[in-house]
Amino acid sequence: MAIISTAGLARTFQTKLGPVEAVRGIDLTVREGEILGFLGPNGAGKTTTLRMLTTLLAPTGGAATVAGCDLATDSAGVRRACGYVAQSGGVDPQITVREELVTQGRLYRLTKDQAAGRAEELARDLGLTDLLDRKCGALSGGQRRRLDIAMALTHRPKVLFLDEPTTGLDPGSRADLWDLVRRLRDEHGTTVFLTTHYLDEADALSDRLVIVDQGVVVAEGTPSALKLRYGGSIDAPLQDTFLAITGRSAEPAGRPPVAV
Amino acid sequence: MLTHDTALIYGRYLRQSLRSRFALFFGVLMPLLYLLFFGPLLTGLPLGGRGSSWQVLVPGLLLQLGLFGASFAGFAIIMENGQGVVERMRVTPVSRLALLLGRVLRDATVFVFQAVLLVLAALVMGLRAPLPGVLIGFAFVALLTVSLASLSYALAMKVRTPQEFGPAVNALTLPMMLLSGLMLPMTLGPAWLDVLSRFIPFRYLVDAVRDAYVGSYATAHMLYGVLVAVAFAALAVTVGTRVFRTAGA
Repeated sequence: MAIISTAGLARTFQTKLGPVEAVRGIDLTVREGEILGFLGPNGAGKTTTLRMLTTLLAPTGGAATVAGCDLATDSAGVRRACGYVAQSGGVDPQITVREELVTQGRLYRLTKDQAAGRAEELARDLGLTDLLDRKCGALSGGQRRRLDIAMALTHRPKVLFLDEPTTGLDPGSRADLWDLVRRLRDEHGTTVFLTTHYLDEADALSDRLVIVDQGVVVAEGTPSALKLRYGGSIDAPLQDTFLAITGRSAEPAGRPPVAV
Repeated sequence: MLTHDTALIYGRYLRQSLRSRFALFFGVLMPLLYLLFFGPLLTGLPLGGRGSSWQVLVPGLLLQLGLFGASFAGFAIIMENGQGVVERMRVTPVSRLALLLGRVLRDATVFVFQAVLLVLAALVMGLRAPLPGVLIGFAFVALLTVSLASLSYALAMKVRTPQEFGPAVNALTLPMMLLSGLMLPMTLGPAWLDVLSRFIPFRYLVDAVRDAYVGSYATAHMLYGVLVAVAFAALAVTVGTRVFRTAGA
């Protein structure tokens, strides 16, 4: 059953140099409980699409539903159903982990006690218990990412949007994050919609890939189906497959993660 | 829900202000310097109003505090945009109006606190004014900071970088201060300057507070001051909420 479906979802930005079509028309469906890898070269419209699906940005064309809620008419329903972790995260470095988690719970209309309890629970679940009284700014990159995800899971969303969740993480933290994403899906049935530039990550984590280029979907399918179709063999590297589809390189897979 | 959310956002940012004590007191420094080094120059001059020169100067300094302080409130949100905090909150069901109101009410609290400090210092310098008048002055500071902080946040959400934001605000606030007669009453100047200043909304606020400081509450100045301050606040909060609701890019 589709938990996200979009039809011709588009966003044009008006700039001083004229209109820029960041997203020209995205048609995709995401099944419930699926981990979907959303790939594309820089500037393909990945983040813009995510920001539209999470109600941060109004589409200028097309339509979408998230967990049965219409994006255009029921943004409150969409917000209840989804959690979002932006590339930049979203915590104040001066505030303690506990205070951020509790405030987030209160923003989701939990009572004080519920919010405090939920913060403890999330901290336990994501290995942040010992860090609760530390300032967010004092966390390592991997710990920060786990906190960002904990914040987004506060209201037990059906869909979790992750925008380049492992950019800037060391290999150990990346592996931990992959495990976390798989565990979320396996234990809670959470649908995960993630963008990444690391093709090994997309390959290892995703049930299905959607590849966008210049604001439209150019290919979709399981990693092996895409490799077979565009890379020539089921064992083709996803890197070559990606290049065959977009005619350009993503971030080279072998290059170490670069902090943004 | 609006009250709940506003209280939540207010609490978050008030705690933030309380954590940086330095910033809390620093804002009062500029008007305090005017009070100490500019105020004594006026004591013997004929300023045209009733009461002492302090009753003319202190209302101006109070609004100057609000004008310069609240206009720069947007800097904080530019930083928060960089950290992703604003977007993270906008994905939750929190009321958009509360995201703005919680912040501007915090600003009003901080600036009224600084205004109290300034008036206490002025009392030491020689200010004598009726208590109701002083309280009316604080109310105007609160309204002015709500208005200017709302517009400042709205501008900061639009321009996005401190490099654009700082000069834009500076270019607006300095002429506003000079043309509204915050330092000296505009009636002292030539007719063209007096007329020009009537197009600056703060002129009406400062005239009203000056009346309040000499104990005249039922005056035309007071009426215009209240009308302008309330209308300005309503306009500014409307603009600010619109920006928070639709902020894209």
